[in-house]
Amino acid sequence: MNRTVELRNHLRELHHFQVRLAISTGFVLFLFLLLFARFFYLQVLEREHYHTLAEDNRISISPVVPNRGLILDRNGEVLAENYSAYTLEIVPNKFSDLEAIINKLATVIPIEEIDRRRFKKLREESKRFESLPIRTRLSDEEVARFAANSYRFPGIKLKARLFRKYPKGKTFSHVVGYINRINDKDLEQLEADKVSANYRGTSHIGKTGIEQSYEKELHGTVGFEELETDSAGRKIRVLSRTPPISGNDLTLTIDAKLQQIAEKAFGDRRGAFVAIDPSNGDVLAFVSKPGFDSNLFVNGIDYKNWDLLNNSIDRPLNNRALRGIYPPGSTFKPFMALAGLELNLRTPQYTISDPGYFQLPGSSRHYRDWKAGGHGKVNIHKSLVVSCDTYYYGLANELGIDRIFNFIGKFGLGKKTGIDIKGESAGLLPSREWKMKRHKQKWWPGDTISVGIGQGYNLTTPLQLAFATMIIANKGTAFRPRVVKRIQNSKTGETYERAPELLYKLNLNPDNLELVRNALKDVTQPGGTAARAGAGAAYSFAGKTGTSQVIAMKQGEKYDESSVKERHRDHALFIAYAPTENPSIALSVLVENGGHGGSAAAPIARLAMDYFLLGKLPPVNTEKISVVEDLEDSHD
Amino acid sequence: MTKFERSWHFLTRYIDNFLLGGILLIMLVGLATLYSATDGNLNRVTNQAINMFAALIIMWLVANIPLQHMMRLALPIYLVGLILLICVALFGDIQGGARRWLNIGITRIQPSELMKIGVPLMMAWYFDKHATTLRLRDYLVATMLLLLPAWLILRQPDLGTTLLIISSGFYVLFLAGLSWRIMAGLLISGAVSLPLLWSMMHEYQQRRVLTLFDPTQDALGAGYHTIQSKIAIGSGGIIGKGWQNGTQTHLDFLPEKSTDFIFAVFSEEFGLVGNSLLLLLYLLVIARGMFITVNASTQFTRLIAGSITLTFFTYIFVNIGMVTGILPVVGVPLPLISYGGTSMVTMLLGFGILMSIQMHPKLVKT
Repeated sequence: MNRTVELRNHLRELHHFQVRLAISTGFVLFLFLLLFARFFYLQVLEREHYHTLAEDNRISISPVVPNRGLILDRNGEVLAENYSAYTLEIVPNKFSDLEAIINKLATVIPIEEIDRRRFKKLREESKRFESLPIRTRLSDEEVARFAANSYRFPGIKLKARLFRKYPKGKTFSHVVGYINRINDKDLEQLEADKVSANYRGTSHIGKTGIEQSYEKELHGTVGFEELETDSAGRKIRVLSRTPPISGNDLTLTIDAKLQQIAEKAFGDRRGAFVAIDPSNGDVLAFVSKPGFDSNLFVNGIDYKNWDLLNNSIDRPLNNRALRGIYPPGSTFKPFMALAGLELNLRTPQYTISDPGYFQLPGSSRHYRDWKAGGHGKVNIHKSLVVSCDTYYYGLANELGIDRIFNFIGKFGLGKKTGIDIKGESAGLLPSREWKMKRHKQKWWPGDTISVGIGQGYNLTTPLQLAFATMIIANKGTAFRPRVVKRIQNSKTGETYERAPELLYKLNLNPDNLELVRNALKDVTQPGGTAARAGAGAAYSFAGKTGTSQVIAMKQGEKYDESSVKERHRDHALFIAYAPTENPSIALSVLVENGGHGGSAAAPIARLAMDYFLLGKLPPVNTEKISVVEDLEDSHD
Repeated sequence: MTKFERSWHFLTRYIDNFLLGGILLIMLVGLATLYSATDGNLNRVTNQAINMFAALIIMWLVANIPLQHMMRLALPIYLVGLILLICVALFGDIQGGARRWLNIGITRIQPSELMKIGVPLMMAWYFDKHATTLRLRDYLVATMLLLLPAWLILRQPDLGTTLLIISSGFYVLFLAGLSWRIMAGLLISGAVSLPLLWSMMHEYQQRRVLTLFDPTQDALGAGYHTIQSKIAIGSGGIIGKGWQNGTQTHLDFLPEKSTDFIFAVFSEEFGLVGNSLLLLLYLLVIARGMFITVNASTQFTRLIAGSITLTFFTYIFVNIGMVTGILPVVGVPLPLISYGGTSMVTMLLGFGILMSIQMHPKLVKT
């Protein structure tokens, strides 16, 4: 009985449901018909009206691109500026035979092979309806000639555009960076950042260096013109105008002259030079050699030049100062010495007798000193002055990797410094955890020995070395390195000075610090490894040489420079600060495959400091600084 | 069976070919239109294809869930969604002036999307449970189940999603047999509460409604969208300007042309003929949904299938309605065509449920 009721209920419910569903279906069909009617109204009945609106007079809103901010060095010297010039632009999509029209154009205006190559590359990279330059920077005469013939070239337009120019392109390529055309990836980023509206009309964006890192400041705010146009898109009149706001000007901490001198001192060798003001973290020079002409990128680089830069064995596009990672070699020793003193494993008096090698207890393996036969009796002062390896093998073994990692990490090695240029490498200060994670292997005591002299797994960037040197130079204070000092608002003229950013202050025993600083001073005195570079300096300066191995030596094998291929030669390093009391510059130099730190890297530092401290310009023929082969006082 | 036959069987066992065919055709139209809307940006098209592929996989997974499990999932999904919505209200991320996103460490999620399925599932489950004795009280409880999340989403604020969720819930109520008298009452009280709703709306939403009645009033601001999309559609004429040849689209007059306004791109380039064919494709998918609904065997599956199908229709109508200027601009994507992964996933999740209802052995009422 109950069951029948339920069944009947169920059937009635089903029936109800089917009625409701039928009503819904009718509803759907009715609304679809409504949509169709709307289409019919818009596309058939009102078609003429809308067709006219679309094709004929219309009000369009056209963006007015803001001027990009300037980039200046600390003394106001211009490193990136804008100039306005005429370009000839084509919307490729409007022509069926593009080649023919370009050939025809070439009879009026000279179009070089490089222009065609560049245009071809632009076409492949840009959207179909984008207006692309076939010729840039037309001379007055060319402008006049095209204007007279323009009726023959409908669809090719003469446009006044702003261009970026890097007056000292090659010297500053790795600091200032460059701008290039906005590509799909940039566009997506802009959309994700919700700023794509501000880039309407903008064709270029910062790709590297300051141009990239400070894109937000440099770009400015787009303006708008409300235009009445005819069917061909020609402007009839301007109805209203909101002017653009130019980007902000940036003043860098870089001293252009110092940068040029350091860059030139490298000659045609590869490497990096970073100088920092220890009193506030200002980056005074930031050189990566070789550089490249940033101007090549601005108008779109052509394939030939791109291949040249991209495939060169010298890798000029690689920012060595920021991203290059190298074993620090013996420039690691001052930090090791401080570790030994601070952790009470070494006293100033503690002396070892160096036989020219070190052995781990219970092992027969010899860890060789760079000097065959050894340095005799060595205390901590001498260990730095002559760069004794054996002293640091023993110290590293006693410290162990954990204490080395913790103590030296405080000097910023193996960590990003947080400089205001994007793309910095972290380098590597090895640790037990790192090796387990990376190599799935436990840490062996032998690993620690080579870490102690800055070899082994150790990797640092030239920027990090300069940062660490700054900390010794100013007795323990770490400032964040920075390249931009001042931002000037183009609209109000207001300037915003960026305050130095104090990161931390290391609590080091002044006696220990003094001991190490004295030893570093003596490195540049007779008997020290940088004596030659220090000779005759009118100020006192402290430094430490370093040589880092590119290829591993087998045990007992002797390093014979002449037989090693140039690219396999050791890297030369030097860190320094001056004057020794109250330093105003701390720096690091790296010369790839340069050989010895004392002979290849230290002279570059000397030239730079001579200029910075004394205003002394280098002799005219600094193109080639001779590499002196003097093993006794310039090794390591 | 050969190995191939076996794996083919495994892949297609619960897939409704008719529905899948319709979906794929519409997706193809979507990709072609997107290619044109982005001026041939292959990056975007590839991204969208990846979105589609991922959504199809999710559809396949859902289609493989047996109905009993689906029923058991209704309550947990609803509760999780509700808790997440409360979390959003308390500590969600603000983007573009609205608090819609919840950062869960790995990624950011938009819980309101989950509720588009969660609310009708929950309501259908509730009605199924009380199927034998539906009383007024049950409709009231179901309405509360709907209004609570809808209110939370409205204050994010997200008017488009709120309307879609309310309509999906309303469809469940309607199909479950809510009496006409009550519906009339609701309609009247709704009309009365309109001023209240108006005062709760944000200024930009009010402006959008106002410009519906007179777009020219704010031609360069809020009305710009509709004016330009109407020009695009109207100038498309009967056969359209041809693929990639829409001037409105390519001269950058159309705003949001790859997302909410993509229909204007399609319409400008393919004209009335294209529009009609696209409507027909959509209609075929809806018809299949209705067919599945009629054949569903339990209260739960009937209600959920009907709600999903009608909600799909609502998306289409609201989007095309706003692009052609007969509805206000509320930010509802054109299903399977607008650029974006989230709505694609929600949409195909629904289709997965439809397939599961059609292809799994029917539940028999005991």
